[in-house]
Amino acid sequence: MANNTKGRRDFMGMALGGFTALGGIGALYAMKRSWDPLPSVKAAGFTTIDLAPAQDNVLVTEKWRGKPIFILKQSKEMIAKVSPEAKKRLIAMNGSYYMVAVGLCTHLGCIPGYDATDESFLCACHGGMYDSTADVTKAPPPRGLDIPPFKIDGTKLVLGETGPEYEQMLADGTTMPV
Amino acid sequence: MAHFEKANSIGEWMDQRLAVNTLKKVMQTEYWIPKNINFLWAMGMVLAATFGILLISGIFLLMYYQPNVNTAFDSVNYTIMSEVGYGWLWRHVHGVGASLVFLIIYIHMFTGIYYGSYKKGRELIWLSGMGLFVAFSAEAFSGYMLPWGQMSYWAGMVITNLFSGGGLHADFLVEWIRGDYVPGQAFLNRFFMLHVLLVPLAIIGLIVLHFGTLRIPHVNNQDGEEFDYPEAAELYKAGKVKESKVIPFSPVFLSKDVFVMGVYFIFFFYLVFYHFEFAMDPVNFDPADGLKTPAHIYPEWYFLWSYEVLRPFSTNVGLIAFATAQVIFFTLPFLDRSPNVAPASRRGAFKFWFWAMLIDVLVLTFMGKLPPAGIWSTIGLVAALTFFALWIALPIITSREKKL
Amino acid sequence: MKELKIFGIVAIFTLVLYWGVEPFAHSQMHKHIEGHGLVYDGTADIEEAEASKNEEKVKAKKAFWADVKKIATLKGDATAGEATFAMCAGCHMDGAANMGGVTPPSLNHAGAIYDKNFLIALIKDPAMATNVDHKYPDGTMTHPMGSVSAMVSTPQDIANVVAYIKAKKAGEVTPKEAFTEACGRCHAMRYGKMTQFGDIPKTKSNIATGKDVEAIKYQAKVAVEQASLATYLGKLPPDLSIIIRARSEHFLHTFIENPQSELAGTAMPRTGLDKEGMEKVFTYLEETGDPSKALREETGPKVLLFFLIFTALAFLWKKSMWKGHH
Repeated sequence: MANNTKGRRDFMGMALGGFTALGGIGALYAMKRSWDPLPSVKAAGFTTIDLAPAQDNVLVTEKWRGKPIFILKQSKEMIAKVSPEAKKRLIAMNGSYYMVAVGLCTHLGCIPGYDATDESFLCACHGGMYDSTADVTKAPPPRGLDIPPFKIDGTKLVLGETGPEYEQMLADGTTMPV
Repeated sequence: MAHFEKANSIGEWMDQRLAVNTLKKVMQTEYWIPKNINFLWAMGMVLAATFGILLISGIFLLMYYQPNVNTAFDSVNYTIMSEVGYGWLWRHVHGVGASLVFLIIYIHMFTGIYYGSYKKGRELIWLSGMGLFVAFSAEAFSGYMLPWGQMSYWAGMVITNLFSGGGLHADFLVEWIRGDYVPGQAFLNRFFMLHVLLVPLAIIGLIVLHFGTLRIPHVNNQDGEEFDYPEAAELYKAGKVKESKVIPFSPVFLSKDVFVMGVYFIFFFYLVFYHFEFAMDPVNFDPADGLKTPAHIYPEWYFLWSYEVLRPFSTNVGLIAFATAQVIFFTLPFLDRSPNVAPASRRGAFKFWFWAMLIDVLVLTFMGKLPPAGIWSTIGLVAALTFFALWIALPIITSREKKL
Repeated sequence: MKELKIFGIVAIFTLVLYWGVEPFAHSQMHKHIEGHGLVYDGTADIEEAEASKNEEKVKAKKAFWADVKKIATLKGDATAGEATFAMCAGCHMDGAANMGGVTPPSLNHAGAIYDKNFLIALIKDPAMATNVDHKYPDGTMTHPMGSVSAMVSTPQDIANVVAYIKAKKAGEVTPKEAFTEACGRCHAMRYGKMTQFGDIPKTKSNIATGKDVEAIKYQAKVAVEQASLATYLGKLPPDLSIIIRARSEHFLHTFIENPQSELAGTAMPRTGLDKEGMEKVFTYLEETGDPSKALREETGPKVLLFFLIFTALAFLWKKSMWKGHH
């Protein structure tokens, strides 16, 4: 063994190693930033939806940030059956009530199918079910369908922006941030 | 099942299963390097580091590059250069790295030629090294296609046209290579495959071979001296580090290696941030246009000497000259008829041969960049003829060399 | 020290290699063209005519630019000019129609970005002023703006309109506006999300078919405009998104000042940008073509400092490892 390393700590080597590790951290930071979603992807995150043409109990699917968005206008009969608690999930506009939610099961992300006669959603993947307000009625999904951030603009909804109604939903735990 | 005792430490546990202690001795602490060397002996490690940098920067470019003739150019010059976080950094590092790897390859090659490190047991080191040069050339060429700029397209057009074999008119071969009549989607996609997968695998395999062929003969030294390695190793292990003619690769040789790499990285990153146009030629910032040839087409600087060997001659002669020039360096261990392993300065006529070759390829490089007109054409022709004359002269002058 | 000598030899050969392949080769391939300091007095035009040994042309150019000089000495009345300008606005307005090949550019900041002499020359004879008269062998009247000489006929009229433009069509101009007005009607800028019609409008796909009909219609409009430009000019002016890296700054500067100087016979008209206009245009070209420049210049010193310290530490480690070995 070289006599300069026998029984003595290689301080310079450790200093060099430590300093190099710092540089490595810098490089890792740059690499992390390269994985970040691109600005153009983030900028495309807004969609405007017009609720006026929706019909009672007819499911409409739109797209926002690549995900399906369910819109279900509640009929008078449907609203009568909804509890005050569940009503917090709905968006009120011009006297009508709309369920607007991200159409991905909160269990593992499959798209549930809507049965208009039964007024319920069934997720084919693992059998989860939701009612007409998209509140969960049968396991395994842990919660109702998530409500996307929205802002009301006349009869239009701007998804991706937030308004006071959405803030309220977040505050009282009606939905989680998406 | 071999018998395993209980290990007393993690190190011992690993050694029982992977013989890490033996590996460490063979590859590092008892891999003996002559003391009588200079910083040029670090070029191999510098190349390995540069290859690593090219690989890593390449990984991040690969995340966003699109090998489609309609989107390739913008995926590089818009998405990677302005949208991706630090995308511009990976692109600059990759471009500068590709150029510098050839600078160091040439320095490494000519160091080997100067010190005679290609003979008497070291022939395979030289051959595997030349194989690496060819592989890196293929990697560089295929990589240059990818941005799909004007130079990408027209270099692709010109180089694949070489395969028509001049008078042979093997157009079918050219079309087969391209996958189309002209460089297009098929061409881009297959060169993308070559650049990202096949050639890097070949390079890694050749690097392993190159190291393997180096282990038994050991690296050369500044005097070409042959000495008793076990004897020198015993001296060193006995603590007589000053008297011994060798040092262990790790940590002693490595520490000097790392210092040389530090100096290299200062140069490397200076170029990456402040002086990168030479590595990213403006002509390639025009999107590829199959209906318009740029006023000046030239390959990257490291191919210029080779390009110029082709240009002064008529088609068929030029092709033969070009093909010969590519393989002639492989024959060095066999054309050099002298048994002397020594620096060129002590090898009589070979000294002049060395400097003449170096200056000749430099002149060929300059002429390869200039338009083939007037005096430049003439100088280019003289330099190309000199190149072949030197190779023909090599066996003659070395067989006459006095044995040292 | 032998090693220093060896390093010196390697360094010298490397520098010579660089010199030969870059500065020397490029000096041989591209002759250096001098600009004229953004002075639009016909010097360059007359020199070109003299070099082409065309006596008639030399006379015509000398006479033209002499006239321009005379008009420049007149005192322009901006108020009178405003009435005349109303005629210009007929073609030079937002949403203007294509006039036989090109769409007239907006003049909203013309007073801020164009040179006064150039503006005078342009109104007097657009083909001569922009140095593309060789493209109109049948005279200026065949130029899309040729009829302006009938509308703004007297030297005083010209002086008045230019005075109005300089007074009322100036003010703060952003780099993007300068580019759009001086270059944007011919040159698209896809990295800036601009076509010859300006900013690309935001549209939405039809969710049932996946097709964005509005976007398709817009692209069709752009294609028609580009075809019209290509027919009129002989080829489609290139997209300038990355031109700041495709050409040297010197080339771009002299080219924009007088396209004929770098590409003789080109269809590109002189733009008449003054110093401020040129700076604004360059700023926009750099913003779009080299947006990482600021971050690159900020990160460079940090990385180099890191490796300086790394090398110093490596040197010290090397010394400690080699103690007693020499």
